[in-house]
Amino acid sequence: MTMTTADKIQAGLKKRYAAERRFRSYGLVSVTIGLAALLFLFMSIIGKGYTAFQQTYLKLDVQFDEAIIDPQATRDPQTLARADYGKLIKKTMRERFPDVKNRRDKRKLYKLASPGAVFIIQDMVRKDPELIGTTQTIWVPADDDVDMFIKGYINRDDPESARRLKDKEIAWIDALAATGSLEKRFNKTFFTAGDSREPELAGIWGAVVGSFYTLLVTLVLSFPIGVATAVYLQEFAPRNRWTDLIEVNINNLAAVPSIVFGLLGLSVFLNFMALPRSAPLVGGLVLSLMTLPTVIIASRASLQSVPPSIREGALGMGASQMQMIAHHVLPLAMPGMLTGTIIGMARALGESAPLLMIGMVAFIVNIPEGPLDPSTVLPVQIYLWADTPERAFVERTSAATLVLLAFLVAMNGAAVWLRKRFEQRW
Amino acid sequence: MLNQKHAVLLESPAKTNDVPPPSPVQIQEPDTKTVGRVTVDKPIMTTRNVDVYYGDKQAIIDVSIDVAYNEVLSMIGPSGCGKSTFLRCLNRMNDTIESARVTGKIELEGHDIYDKKTDVVTLRARVGMVFQKPNPFPKSVYENVAYGPRIHGLARNQSELDEIVQTSLRRAGLWDEVKDRLGQPGTGLSGGQQQRLCIARCIAVNPDVILMDEPCSALDPIATARIEELIDELRQNYSIVIVTHSMQQAARVSQRTAYFHLGDLIEVGETATIFTNPQDKLTEDYLTGRFG
Ligand SMILES: Nc1ncnc2c1ncn2[C@@H]1O[C@H](COP(=O)(O)OP(=O)(O)OP(=O)(O)O)[C@@H](O)[C@H]1O
Ligand SMILES: [Mg+2]
Repeated sequence: MTMTTADKIQAGLKKRYAAERRFRSYGLVSVTIGLAALLFLFMSIIGKGYTAFQQTYLKLDVQFDEAIIDPQATRDPQTLARADYGKLIKKTMRERFPDVKNRRDKRKLYKLASPGAVFIIQDMVRKDPELIGTTQTIWVPADDDVDMFIKGYINRDDPESARRLKDKEIAWIDALAATGSLEKRFNKTFFTAGDSREPELAGIWGAVVGSFYTLLVTLVLSFPIGVATAVYLQEFAPRNRWTDLIEVNINNLAAVPSIVFGLLGLSVFLNFMALPRSAPLVGGLVLSLMTLPTVIIASRASLQSVPPSIREGALGMGASQMQMIAHHVLPLAMPGMLTGTIIGMARALGESAPLLMIGMVAFIVNIPEGPLDPSTVLPVQIYLWADTPERAFVERTSAATLVLLAFLVAMNGAAVWLRKRFEQRW
Repeated sequence: MLNQKHAVLLESPAKTNDVPPPSPVQIQEPDTKTVGRVTVDKPIMTTRNVDVYYGDKQAIIDVSIDVAYNEVLSMIGPSGCGKSTFLRCLNRMNDTIESARVTGKIELEGHDIYDKKTDVVTLRARVGMVFQKPNPFPKSVYENVAYGPRIHGLARNQSELDEIVQTSLRRAGLWDEVKDRLGQPGTGLSGGQQQRLCIARCIAVNPDVILMDEPCSALDPIATARIEELIDELRQNYSIVIVTHSMQQAARVSQRTAYFHLGDLIEVGETATIFTNPQDKLTEDYLTGRFG
């Protein structure tokens, strides 16, 4: 019996569909694995980090004792600035727990409040000297150990020797908590402060501002230079051995490990050009070197994808080469260029290795006020905190990672949005 | 009204349709192997002994032909014979192809267009081009037509520009269809409308010569008929050189026809004569479909 063509097709059909189904399920499995990994990552970071967005505060009824702050009653700002506000806090704590007599215990008692409390009180007096002589109820950050205990990271059932908080301290905390003097509040400090040795006083704002200046420098340098290079190479440069060489080198640069750019920055920008260490300017310069190849390659690809018919149309109208590029090619290529740039910037935002080389890993408390001030950046801040032993920094590490991820998502969102807008216009 | 404005740009006597510049007294027929008369009495463009090479490969071999005022010259021939290549020499679009090299002499109203002093921007404003595939800019209908006048500074103000846009769209027979959607993207029009938009865009700068490379090959018969009508009307104001694969189209729209074969210009003549009484064997074979 001979088979007709239709029969032969029928015979093979099952196999074909099976292959298709198999292929689809492979795809599904890999997507699922990818999503699961992502989900796990997010869960773990959020699970570890979300508690950092709250901080335990301690209520103190502080008596602004004139005898301690300003014995001569001069109200001289110098005197007010130099007064020992710690004494006020100690006094408040002593009055709260009059049974504590032993000097060692007293010192432990005082440490329930964050060392930052002193500055809060100092600041209040500086702003309003009228407070002197009155008694105010104020909330100050509790020490990170108290915070960790309240958040349940220190277990009272552990043997005393294994805990950072001893039985006495836990008794005080319980007493404070029972009277409503301990409260978890939104951790504003985390978003407004620079780095600190005290977890309860440490924040990411310094790193965010540092990252902002660094990326600003990177963007301002790499976008125009990258686009101009791409336009020149793609539209004007003759094809010869030199341009081939340049092209090969740009592609190679894109694959160079980022730390190499850090080394380059160290020797050229710091040692040779004597630019300031730890400055976002230098960080931006280094990251520009790293980002440029990405921007150039993406820009060239998107220039190349502009249909030749548009170019011919413009040239055929008598547009000059430059007009053709500026009026037709660049607007069409812009979404692709922007995407490439934002991808490059996102990479730069997450980059830490080259910045370590140029000293952006220093411990910096102040919020940088410009691209020349010493500062650090978000990923380096995460790296720094991940390296500290305090339990309270663990959650801050995760929280900072969350913030970094939020920025990355926002940047990608901006890229998509920009693209959409551009595509609608053209 | 357009002509006056354009005179500045064109640097040639203001073009009026019925008064071509005085023709040379004695027309010297160039020395070619082409059958038929390649010259005309009043040429707007002349080409003499043009060779075009792509790298080492010669695509056009010693072609000489004139283009007259207010005529439609059609170029026919089998695929790959060099029609597009030759057409693109006439406004130096071949400059954009790196390997292309053109020798010989091509003149527009007596000026050598390959001369160093000739500005290619001015040349392309005077010798416009309509492409095979409609290629409107991804901008609004209005912007498409206004683009040429804008870059060449042909309009002093918005109302002048509006007028140029409207006139061009009218001449391209597109005004009634698009007058309510000038702000919408030109790429959203139908294929035939897009091609007419490209023609409007081209005539908005009021060129002397319009080159068309198979302008109807992507269009259906009705859209094609509209374009053919349009070409016939445009002849009142412009010289048109059109490449076509449709012999009927050549017969319908053109006054003269040139037959190309493997880079050679085989035969030139009045369209009617060529189609009814071709002199060369190759031409005859092609026209009768025996070529292959
Ligand atoms: N950019 C180029 N580089 C190299 N060779 C080319 C190029 N363009 C065209 N050619 C060659 O030149 C010759 C003429 O091509 P051309 O496009 O002018 O033919 P044509 O007559 O327009 O053909 P068709 O009717 O198919 O459009 C062909 O052999 C073609 O392969
Ligand atoms: Mg062609």
